[in-house]
Amino acid sequence: MSKSVLMKGNEVLAEAAIRAGCTHYFGYPITPQNEIPAYMSKEMPKRGGCFLQAESEIAAINMVFGASGAGARVMTSSSSPGLSLKQEGISYLAGAELPCVVVNMMRGGPGLGGIAGSQADYFQATRGGGNGDYRTIVLAPGNVQEIADLTVQAFDLADKYRMVVMILGDGYLGQMSEPVILPEPDVKPVPKPWAVSGAKGREPNKVMSLRLTPDDYLEKHNIHLQELYKKVEGEVTQSEAYMTDDADYLIVSYGTSSRIARKAVKMLRNEGVKVGLFRPVTLWPFPMKELHDLSKKVKKVLTVEMSAGQMLEDVNIAVNGVTEVDFLGKLGGALPEANEIVKIVKSYG
Amino acid sequence: MHEEIIISGFGGQGVLLAGKLLCIAAMREGKHVSHIPSYGAEMRGGTAHCKVIISDEEISSPVIEHPTIVLALNAPSMHKFEPKMVEGGLMLYNSSLIQDKPSRSDIRVECVNANDISEAAGSLKAANMAALGYLLKVKPEIASMDALKEALDEAISARNKKHNPVNIKIMEAGYRS
Amino acid sequence: MSEELIYTRPESLRERKTHYCPGCGHGIVHKLLAEVMDELGIREETIIIAPVGCSVLIYDYINADGIEAAHGRAPAVATGVKRVHPDKIVISYQGDGDLLAIGTGETIHAANRGENISVIFVNNAIYGMTGGQMAPTTMSDQITKTTPYGRNVQDVGYPIRACEMLNTLAAPVYIERTSIHDVKNIRKTKKAIKKALQNQMDGKGYSFVEVLSTCPTNWGVAPVKAAKWVETAMVPYYPLGVFREEKETV
Repeated sequence: MSKSVLMKGNEVLAEAAIRAGCTHYFGYPITPQNEIPAYMSKEMPKRGGCFLQAESEIAAINMVFGASGAGARVMTSSSSPGLSLKQEGISYLAGAELPCVVVNMMRGGPGLGGIAGSQADYFQATRGGGNGDYRTIVLAPGNVQEIADLTVQAFDLADKYRMVVMILGDGYLGQMSEPVILPEPDVKPVPKPWAVSGAKGREPNKVMSLRLTPDDYLEKHNIHLQELYKKVEGEVTQSEAYMTDDADYLIVSYGTSSRIARKAVKMLRNEGVKVGLFRPVTLWPFPMKELHDLSKKVKKVLTVEMSAGQMLEDVNIAVNGVTEVDFLGKLGGALPEANEIVKIVKSYG
Repeated sequence: MHEEIIISGFGGQGVLLAGKLLCIAAMREGKHVSHIPSYGAEMRGGTAHCKVIISDEEISSPVIEHPTIVLALNAPSMHKFEPKMVEGGLMLYNSSLIQDKPSRSDIRVECVNANDISEAAGSLKAANMAALGYLLKVKPEIASMDALKEALDEAISARNKKHNPVNIKIMEAGYRS
Repeated sequence: MSEELIYTRPESLRERKTHYCPGCGHGIVHKLLAEVMDELGIREETIIIAPVGCSVLIYDYINADGIEAAHGRAPAVATGVKRVHPDKIVISYQGDGDLLAIGTGETIHAANRGENISVIFVNNAIYGMTGGQMAPTTMSDQITKTTPYGRNVQDVGYPIRACEMLNTLAAPVYIERTSIHDVKNIRKTKKAIKKALQNQMDGKGYSFVEVLSTCPTNWGVAPVKAAKWVETAMVPYYPLGVFREEKETV
């Protein structure tokens, strides 16, 4: 087994992407994810890949569109305001069914906001900020090791379903260093017969999202996309249940806030309070059934996130009224405190 | 053993590196570790700090609300983090640069002449190394001095490795002070 | 009795009923491009970027691989494709709104990087697909759907000269403006397109061909008059000729 190394989340993400066969990276600087382009600019030329600093986030995501359409494993990364700019490209990628990995190391908003980590882009990530009926797979790592593992998975999922896969982290996760065992995936080239590469000895390929004629072309394409998304919902949901077997109360939290929630669970357990943590790893598809089944067994659910209540909507859909749902949200880059969570859960008893 | 450590000082005093060295040293001796830097505009000039957790157990949250140890390399750092410390925590401050003393009586207070030690051992820039050496003297359970010295080799890029011998000398001087 | 075939559709052009209006310049430029692709033998090596605009369906005419970009992003998409397939021929075919309004940033930076691509810029001084609105290249006093009183340059600025602007950059190897208002100039346009593609095949770098073209429908004039208007109104403001032939050394 490989030795663990101490590495920053952002650098781990970049290294894992290269190991997962990412050959092209296009990005634009924005804090707090700057270590990703810096790492890529250093490593890609040495390892036969391409790093290009684009003139804008819009250009970067459209370079991703071109590289993905040409058949490459490709990634871009940014943070919240930059992701807003990339939404156009993400919609086009979804429309043309092009696979790629898009990273958002979230910071507080709206607007320029701040640079501290935040979880206020949950809606943007899971509902989609671009136009049209489309979905992106959203993976939310909870620690640096998971950043590595989910990055590898992200490229596989993207190619398997021909979808945009978003890794939704936040500034704290990106900046955090933890020991990590870097993955050594067995990367096999995925055949992409649909990609543009010059129509040598075959009919020309068209990579596009405009579907005008016949009249039902666009409708049929959308039906196809929805069938694909249904399939993904059935196949890629991931979550973690921690100390939930005998729990009276359930905390639901993801990413950085789930780390603090986990600490609160330990503190409460030390005091004899039966509480557990449910952590969605895929935010879309959201682990609806898993959470619904757990919520039936508890007296109350507490959602903890660094937003004004965005994942809360999915939690409410999942719980569907079988038990009461409470909420603790921190705004503008503020972090929840473990003591605060402890106090709230104790007040339920 | 579970320590939640804040290392803080002026930007440029090497607080992030100090935190990283501590993590690597402890990690190599089988401890669980995490490190979060402050980042952004405060990287130059203002106070920079990092949050380091070293534990025998898996670390739930890398976020530190109430540190068990504060290593303050300048006065603003001491004043900023002293009120947040747990009762019985350790305040280790750099007495070369900090004239005041911590005001709380429910914490353990130690000081190290970090800049003076660094200067005497041949560098104006390695107060962080002297402070780390002293920290491991008063908190040996975090990591051994040998592990700290080896961490330097792992953390420093090839082009800066030439400073390692003097840094090790300063760590040792801090430890002995 | 023997027959001699003296004229035929290029292999690089699909047999397809056109969606372009009578007198539209796109058909001419498409055909020139297809002829050049045949002559250079690159049909199976070519990837064409379709822009947003009337030529969004160019992949239905050009018999080669095609990829459709968002509005203005063709140079970025071309960059992505070329970085994956440096040995293929990547053509960014764009109109004036696409290249000089919404996509100005992408245009300038792809040129400035010296991407080894060929850009064909069809300038007909108006937005065609959306029904005749003002373009960045709309002439002073020209009436469009969004300049019903004529383009007031004091209010909305002057028509932008793309070749002159790109000629301030160091990286491009070839910049030329041509026109299709008569046969002589159509022939010159073909030569320019061929040179732009040959440059790419030779690995020389970024080539840019601006083609002054017609939009009789949205200009509200007959095709013959449209060609005349290119000659009399556009050419004096957008001078024809080669602006750059070799990479500037800096």
